[in-house]
Amino acid sequence: MTATPIVRTVLHTVALVGNPNAGKTSLFNALTGSQQKVANYPGVTVERAVGRLRGNTPGAAIEVVDVPGLYSTNAVSVDEQVAAEEIRGAAGPALDLLVFVADVTNLERSLYFFSQVADLGQPMIVALTMTDALAKQGGSVNIEALSQALGTVVVSVISHKGVGLEDLKSAILTALEQKPVPPPVGKEPGSKVEISTDERYKWAQEVRETSVLEGPPHRSTTEKIDAILTHRVFGLAIFVGVMYGLFQSIYTLAAPMMDGIEWLIGQLGDAVSPSIEGIPWLQSLVVDGLIGGVGSALVFLPQILILFFFIAALEGTGYLARSAFLMDRLLGWCGLSGRAFIPLLSSFACAIPGIMAARVMPDARSRLATIIIAPLMSCSARLPVYILLIGAFIEPRFGPGWAGFTLFAMHFVGLIIAIPIVLILNRNVLKMKRLPFIMELPRYQWPKWRDVWLSMFLRGKVFLQTAGTIIVLMSVVMWALLYFPRDIEGEARAKREYSAKNADFRERVSEDKYLQQVHVEQSYLGRIGKGIEPVFAPAGFDWRLSTAILCAFPAREVVVSSIGILFSLGSDAEEKDLQSALSSSTWPDGRPLFTPWTAVGFMVFFALCCQCMSTLATVRRETNSWKWPLFMFVYMTGLAYVAAVAIHRVSLLFG
Amino acid sequence: MKIGELKQGAKAQVVGYCDRTDCVMRLQEMGLTLGTEFQVTKIAPLGDPIEICFRCQRLVVRGKECDGIEIEPMVAEQ
Repeated sequence: MTATPIVRTVLHTVALVGNPNAGKTSLFNALTGSQQKVANYPGVTVERAVGRLRGNTPGAAIEVVDVPGLYSTNAVSVDEQVAAEEIRGAAGPALDLLVFVADVTNLERSLYFFSQVADLGQPMIVALTMTDALAKQGGSVNIEALSQALGTVVVSVISHKGVGLEDLKSAILTALEQKPVPPPVGKEPGSKVEISTDERYKWAQEVRETSVLEGPPHRSTTEKIDAILTHRVFGLAIFVGVMYGLFQSIYTLAAPMMDGIEWLIGQLGDAVSPSIEGIPWLQSLVVDGLIGGVGSALVFLPQILILFFFIAALEGTGYLARSAFLMDRLLGWCGLSGRAFIPLLSSFACAIPGIMAARVMPDARSRLATIIIAPLMSCSARLPVYILLIGAFIEPRFGPGWAGFTLFAMHFVGLIIAIPIVLILNRNVLKMKRLPFIMELPRYQWPKWRDVWLSMFLRGKVFLQTAGTIIVLMSVVMWALLYFPRDIEGEARAKREYSAKNADFRERVSEDKYLQQVHVEQSYLGRIGKGIEPVFAPAGFDWRLSTAILCAFPAREVVVSSIGILFSLGSDAEEKDLQSALSSSTWPDGRPLFTPWTAVGFMVFFALCCQCMSTLATVRRETNSWKWPLFMFVYMTGLAYVAAVAIHRVSLLFG
Repeated sequence: MKIGELKQGAKAQVVGYCDRTDCVMRLQEMGLTLGTEFQVTKIAPLGDPIEICFRCQRLVVRGKECDGIEIEPMVAEQ
């Protein structure tokens, strides 16, 4: 404790409660601004956002919790259960006040849930949203009548315009003192008998009829837009166009930004490097391990931000739900849902934003299934490997037609394999209760840019804080495995070996590149690679290929530069040289290392394996457990291995 | 009759529940109570899911998952 006098403040916790799509998150953003903390509830994947109430709250610090949206206190899934428990006050610190967020354009359903929450007997006030939409339809609401019917304070708010926010804040402050408990709806005080759902709705309907005056019935703008956007032909065509735009943006728009980040990281490394030149291992640790590790986390940011910009904007307009409506049949039959389309599509650019995007699915089970198959989609980091090997072994022998086909097939391999995987997952692995697929089609509206911006900002922040930390730690571990052991004696021995080589060899391979190669070979990672050579022998890979696969763990694209080093061409070898080195390399007994089939086997292995620590770190963060990344690593590596061995065996049969 | 058998634009009324699955219970809690009138406003281009409209809300459901709800089509008013 410090001796300086501090203003005594009391910490209050206020929770925003309500239906999904009632405008809870918009209100939360308006009340708390960017000072939000997002974390998973313990044991589940659903998130709880907490923020400090902005503005002047004399004598009190007020924490606002955005409880995940619910339709009922009768939870179906585990995610709903934690949210329901939070409202009951059964989990963690007691709540001082509930702010029930009710959508005036969907008042009966909101009031059904209100009636259940009111029965809990906790202090509660009501924030009424979407009054602007009601007014646009020509309707109006009598706040006083509603307040009287519900037995508590009702404040109308339009979050994105800031209307009613001050009134709500002062209502919260007053309520924290007076603790207004609305009368229970569904049961007599003290009694345990509850009324039925039908009776609650009868009550809700009565309340609505006494307080809301609806506008004249007419064909709404939303219906007119939907006539096109969910049309059999135009709807699907527009959907394809939107998805194409989304994919192109994360694929190409992000590329220059990623290059920029890599350049900056390189500059930073160069700037720091000279100051610690005296201690080679420290220099390498800082530049290659730490700064490089930070770079490999940062490099994902552009794609994450772009994708979440699109998702938040699409969700904000209401189109996200329509896209799921259009695609549900296509994905639903194997246990996914229409909402899996965007996560899976983005995974073709990179699995990391794809996995993060899986949170658009409210059902934990289909979310997990989507996360688990997302890395099977062929991401852009696998492309350099395909191009290298196809250029070396397919194109020269079979021509550009087959080369193109192989490249195409490589992108489909994971997608095809994903189908049986999902079926097995749903039948045998994922046992949690499935949330029924009931999706709201919200009104079309312009996205609220503050919500879009906050969603991007928070996703980036959460990624860097959690997954990013793991990525940096793993980078350092991988660096150590690749750097050590390193001693002066070994270095001198390698130099002697080099000078003992014949002139022809020295002509081909510079001393530097030879030392690089020997060094990787001697490192712990190289030793592991050599150690597991027998394991990979049935697939036709030698120790250099297995080591290259290991080296790709920090980032898949590293595999190409690792192949460069291991085939004594250095890390920045030209693709042409690399291709000729690969096609001329042999086993110790003189057999060629690569046949076209070995190349295909290596590509398929690479397409299916989970050699990407950033993916695993992201899955750890999104599933809130190490169980799923471990499962993912094991099943994908197993799958990749079996496929590579099978391809090699078949190729031997046909000679 | 079941919801999945309705044509686009058809109006119907809930007359009973024959299988109280999670989906049926949840729809009931969202306002599809006994006697509620609803309209099938759209069927997705691939035949499923179905968009239904009741109590001023538009929900998308899968035909099969709603088989626990017994409905009766309503004759067009005019």
